[in-house]
Amino acid sequence: MIEFRNVTKRFPDGTVAVDSFDLVIPSRKTTVFVGSSGCGKTTLLRMINRMVEPTSGTVEIDGEDVAAKQAVALRRSIGYVMQNSGLMPHFTVAENIATVPRLNGETRRAAKARALELMDVVGLDASMADRYPSQLSGGQQQRVGVARGLASDPNILLMDEPFGAVDPIVRAELQTELIRLQRDLDKTVVFVTHDIDEAFLLGDQVAILAAGAQRLQTGSPSEITENPADDFVAAFIGAERGKRALRVKQTPHGPVLVDAEGRTQGVLVEDGA
Amino acid sequence: MEWVSANLDLIGTLALDHLRQSVIAIVAGFLLSLPLGWVAWRYRLLRGWVITVTGLLYTIPSLALLMILPVVAGYPATSETNLVIALTIYAIAIMVRAVTDGLDSVDPAVRRSATAVGYGDGRRFWAVDLPLAGPVILAGLRVTAVSTISLATVGILVGVTNLGYLFTNGLQRRIIPEVLAGIVAVAVIALLVDLLLMLAGRRLMPWVHSRVPARRSSVEAAA
Repeated sequence: MIEFRNVTKRFPDGTVAVDSFDLVIPSRKTTVFVGSSGCGKTTLLRMINRMVEPTSGTVEIDGEDVAAKQAVALRRSIGYVMQNSGLMPHFTVAENIATVPRLNGETRRAAKARALELMDVVGLDASMADRYPSQLSGGQQQRVGVARGLASDPNILLMDEPFGAVDPIVRAELQTELIRLQRDLDKTVVFVTHDIDEAFLLGDQVAILAAGAQRLQTGSPSEITENPADDFVAAFIGAERGKRALRVKQTPHGPVLVDAEGRTQGVLVEDGA
Repeated sequence: MEWVSANLDLIGTLALDHLRQSVIAIVAGFLLSLPLGWVAWRYRLLRGWVITVTGLLYTIPSLALLMILPVVAGYPATSETNLVIALTIYAIAIMVRAVTDGLDSVDPAVRRSATAVGYGDGRRFWAVDLPLAGPVILAGLRVTAVSTISLATVGILVGVTNLGYLFTNGLQRRIIPEVLAGIVAVAVIALLVDLLLMLAGRRLMPWVHSRVPARRSSVEAAA
């Protein structure tokens, strides 16, 4: 469990990125921070592994204040996946994945074995182990990034817009893969995105944020869709138009659901039918 | 050519002296530039000072430096140490800037990423910053090496013997082939050292030359 208690972050130039933020992030679930750029969602994420220190308030992991832990050790114990993969360009794929085990003092051989094992988990062919990141496609690089995040088998995985820079088809592939991984691995995932569809697809708990990391609404995707807190949230999740605004259309074979574009999205099944 | 074939031994001995003096200066200059370049990169306030002052070193006329250094440091002007120290100073003048520029060239996102996965500052410097600064530092080192090897000939003017001897002796005795042999020998040494540095760079930084365009998967190619 990760808990933000009254966390504020004011940067030296005076901008308040996060203003009195409170939230409990349950264990073994995926929590998504979603909001437009500059709303402070990445700052929130970085406070969990102390890449950013809060100006006031505390961030706790399982009841322990992260500020009391040694930053380097804390970061090694938390998986981190970022946009544009953040891979070391001078490490091979296997070396990149093995980074944290090597930092933790594992032998080269053991770390390499672990890397190959993880390549399999994230769906990368073992023949890529000795390539450099520049020789991979964007989607493959992101898979390497996810494998690196999982290498030391951390309880917590932080993901900072990890699929933001790949094309839509690869993104969909990676999202499906992440859902499968999460089902098998059961990590506490904290995911940051500006894409509400991605948030609803991946999140067990979704926090919709506005400037200053102000929490507009938090809940499961169903709760938010069924009962948006205000007009802004309704507009943001596209409840009025877009693909979450469905209307019933009668056809000779019974009612179907049609989106704002006029595309049929599904068939309405009456209860007990 | 007659003079050359009759004096191959002399040319060989001088070339070895020349190479030894130059290599010591190049290595020393490189090693001393690492901390200086790092300080200039790390501390913004010191940056202007360090870069300017070390850069100005290059403006000191070499002959003057070779005559002042012995007076200041108290060793004979004719000693090899005198020449090596002067050459080291010139090497630093070029290398500090190269180290700073190299560290600047490292993508901040990669640096941040390294910190985020758990590199401490010191370890990150050796494992991430320095290797990634490598290509720029190597470019500076190659300029330094060639310029040091060529500059070393000035040593003969204060009595430090190396290939420069072929210039002064050849001019005094009007043996033009001797002067030409000196020029060729210096150029050959410079080119060889440059080649070695280039090959060492390829070996130590294999990722730089591996930018084969990624083969896109069929799914991505279709997108």
